[in-house]
Parts: sequence; structure tokens; C-alpha cells
Amino acid sequence: MAKITFITTEKEEITLEASTGSVMQLAVDNNVPGIDGDCGGVCSCATCHVHVAPEHTAKTGEASEIETDMLELDDNANEYSRLCCQLEISEALDGLVLQVAESD
Amino acid sequence: MNKSAHPDPFKKARTETGMGKMDDQNDPVKMVLGLKDVRKCAHNWKAFQSGAEPGRIVIPSEVNIRDTRQIPFEVDPPEHKGYRNLIEPWFKRPLEKEYQEKLKAIISTIIDEALAKDTVEVFGNFSLQLQSRALTLLLNIPFEESETWIGWGAHVFRSEESDLDADKANILYNYIDQEIEKAIANPGEDLYSVLLNSEIDGKKLTKEEVKGVMILTFAGGRDTVINSITNSIAYFSEHPASLKWLKENPEITNTAVEELIRYFSPLTQMGRVATKDTMVCEHAIKADTRISLCWASANRDERVFENPNEIVLDRKINPHIAFGFGTHNCLGATHARQIMHILLTTLAQKVSSIDLIDFKENIEELGDFKRKVGYDSITVKFNA
Ligand code: HEM
Ligand code: FES
Repeated sequence: MAKITFITTEKEEITLEASTGSVMQLAVDNNVPGIDGDCGGVCSCATCHVHVAPEHTAKTGEASEIETDMLELDDNANEYSRLCCQLEISEALDGLVLQVAESD
Repeated sequence: MNKSAHPDPFKKARTETGMGKMDDQNDPVKMVLGLKDVRKCAHNWKAFQSGAEPGRIVIPSEVNIRDTRQIPFEVDPPEHKGYRNLIEPWFKRPLEKEYQEKLKAIISTIIDEALAKDTVEVFGNFSLQLQSRALTLLLNIPFEESETWIGWGAHVFRSEESDLDADKANILYNYIDQEIEKAIANPGEDLYSVLLNSEIDGKKLTKEEVKGVMILTFAGGRDTVINSITNSIAYFSEHPASLKWLKENPEITNTAVEELIRYFSPLTQMGRVATKDTMVCEHAIKADTRISLCWASANRDERVFENPNEIVLDRKINPHIAFGFGTHNCLGATHARQIMHILLTTLAQKVSSIDLIDFKENIEELGDFKRKVGYDSITVKFNA
């Protein structure tokens, strides 16, 4: 089981638990505001954009080139940006804190 | 096994210069072909505007047949945002269970009818019906209204003779005027009434603005959806194993939908007008001339997609831009994706194979490029 906390743009904290699937799917299934997951996780829509808490980047690893290319043109992107459909849930993510990104 | 294929006509130009060109009613278009370049230009609305003269960013240009500005499509930021925020929640309704159940009933019925027939001309007697009936859900109006739209035939702007037919376009514009008057006299829960009662910054939408949204909803969601459906049927006719794969592994439905939409790219391109002299991948673009964002070429970019010309139904990473990119990305995508999702699941459940009997391709002529976007007609037999 991994516990993952989302901080919404309204500063609401939502903590969810799961053992498999993508972080995007977990957020969508639980109606986390600001995570829409329009493309179902194929890295085409960027509606699953989050900022990883700086102290947790080791848990998530680095964004792939496809992700960074997607986010390059997003005014709200920074070095902690990830598309959370690309984060696969596992024990390694336990305790992860994600800030839901603003959408322009 | 290649009748259902859609070859990529842009490869040479994309790899050699990154740009293509075509003329269109003496208002030539420089076509941006690479995925990264298309994204960059779509993002750069200050240099490449949508809010030009109404009809000009469409290719072929509609300036001679339309005065109404399509909303939010032909509006740039910051005004774009107000319209978009107003309309977006309505276009997310396809995520609701009840909407999906109704859509499922529509699609099941059409497939059952097709199975009962000897042969079916898919474009006119399957896809057009499905698209029109599904649109009644999006607009939240009575199902029977779809009969009127089906009666218009497949193309709202195109006729046999020409790509742009003012008489045909006027059928749609007059119809929308009439429906707006009806909704004013008799407000209901439909999209017309909702828009007529909406405000942006305390100002009610005008009739002309409501008309601009409605034209776009009809025009943007017609050929694109019809081609997605028709092309999918053609694909499955040549790939029965894919139907079986979907039946046994419904969890790949999502990647399959995205992949079919990438491959078909039902909207080939969309234009923008340069607001100043500028450059795109080392090509000079003059102020007040047109570029196009060629989604169809970008979606075959070999620098981004492995085996770009193959349909890989379980493609996991698929950063396609068939629904556009950035500010104006497709508002109808939720509806279109839902249609495709339910179509694939229902076909996989009910149909074991499809025999391809006869077809005529619809080839767009874009300067030196010839692109197959779909079929003018295609006759098949559905087998249970
Ligand atoms: C598979 C089907 C579809 C495809 C491939 C598609 C493709 C696109 C693309 C590429 C754009 C971006 C245009 C630009 O940047 O200038 C777009 C915008 C748009 N589409 Fe679609 N579309 C589809 C279905 C629909 C449907 C069903 C509707 C509504 C009934 C619709 C309504 C719109 C609207 C309103 C916009 C403009 C959004 C804005 O300007 O903010 N589309 N579409
Ligand atoms: S869900 Fe579409 S990019 Fe992540």
C-alpha cells in the first residue's frame, strides 16, 4: 500500500491509498479537483500535471523526455513538474506529496 | 491488407524542410509539419492568431461563405478564456454515467440494425446516424431532431461540385437562427437555452455569439466524428484479430481509441494568421499571411512515434495532437472519445468480423500533398 497526498489549487489536502495503477487514475477515481486525465494516461493531454514536493523527487524519479517536451510550453511547469499518469503506484511512492498544478 | 491504410503524404517534406505549402483561394498556406513545431506555433497565439477575419483560419477558407465568428475557436486570449470557461463544463457531460448509458443504447441499436442487414453503406447509413443521434445528447435535445440533420446528408459545407458550397452552409446557418428563436420563445434545458441565459462579466451572450458557438458545435463535430467511426470500421474489416483482442482484453480500449484517433487524425490541419513578420523552422512568415498547424503530419512524426505508420492498439505513450494543443484544444474531445470507447467495446462484443465489399476513398488535395482522410462511401457486411 502507498499513501499519496494531493494538495489541490484550493489548498485542500486529499490523502488516498492504493497499491497498483497510475497516480492519475487514483486521482480521477477519487475526484481530485484539477486532475482530469482526459487522454486516459497516454501522455497526450497534460490534464494530470502535478508538482512533486521537492523533498520527494527521489521517490518519483525524473520525467521522461516525452513528458518534459509536453510541459515545456506550459507556463505553470517547473523543475518539479510531472504528468502523474506516468507515475506507477508502488511501495516506493508511499508518503508522496503532490501539488496539483494550476491550469493557465 | 492495406485498403484500410492511411499513408503519410507529408514524410518527405517534414523530414527535409519541416514545412509544406498549398494555395487556397489565393490566400496561400505554409504548413507546419513537425510535432514540436506545431505545438510551439499553437502555443504562440500572439504571433499566430485565431481571431482573424471569420472563416480565414479554416482551410479551405470560409471567408466568402460565413460572417459569423465561431466561438471560442476564432477568439484569442484573453477573451477566449471567458467563453471557454463558460462552455467547458457543458462539454464535460459525457463523463456522466447517465450520458454514457444513453450513448451505449444509441450505439447498440445501430450495430444491431447493421448486423440484421445484408450489406451496409457505412458512411451514410451507420456513421452519419451514429454521429447525429449522439449529438442530440451533447446538445440535450430530443432524439427525433437527429432525423433533420441526417437529412442534410454527410457534408454541411461541401457538395459534389465544390468544397465550399454557400447554399449548403446556409441550410445550417438558417436552421441555427431558427432554433435560437425557438429557444428564446420556449426556453428549456438544451444548449441553446443555456447559452442564451449565460453571462460573461455580467453581460449576456448575444444571439450572434450563441450562433457562433452552435455553428462550431455542428461543424467541428460532424466530419471528424463520422470519419473516426467509418475509418475504424474499415480498419476492423481488415483486422479481425484486433476485434478479438479488444474483446478478450477490454483494458486496452483506452489506448486503442487514442491510437486510432492519432492514426486517422480526422482533422488534417487548422490555420492561423501571422500577426507580424516571423519565422517557423527557418522559414520566413510574413505578417497577415497564413500558416497551418498540420495535426495529421505531426502525428506521424518519426522523431516522436515509433512505427508511426502502424496502428499499435496498445501504444502506451502516445503524445498525439489529433485534438489540437494548448489554448484551443478540442472541446468536443470528451464526447468524441466516449463515442469511440463505446463503439469499440460494443463492436468487440457483438461483431466477430466485417467483410469489406466496396469503397471509394476521400482524398484531400493539399497542394502537392494528397491525403486520405476517410471514405466517400464504403460498403461492408457485419457478421455476428
Ligand atoms: C475525433 C473527433 C474530433 C477531432 C479529431 C477534433 C479535432 C479538433 C482540433 C484539432 C481542434 C483544435 C483547433 C485549433 O487549434 O484551431 C478542435 C477544436 C474544437 N473542437 Fe474538435 N475535434 C473532434 C470532435 C469534436 C466534436 C464532437 C465537437 C463538438 C460537438 C468539437 C468541437 C470543437 C470545438 C468547440 C473546438 C474549439 C475549442 C476552442 O477554440 O477553444 N470537436 N477540434
Ligand atoms: S492523463 Fe493525459 S497526459 Fe496524463
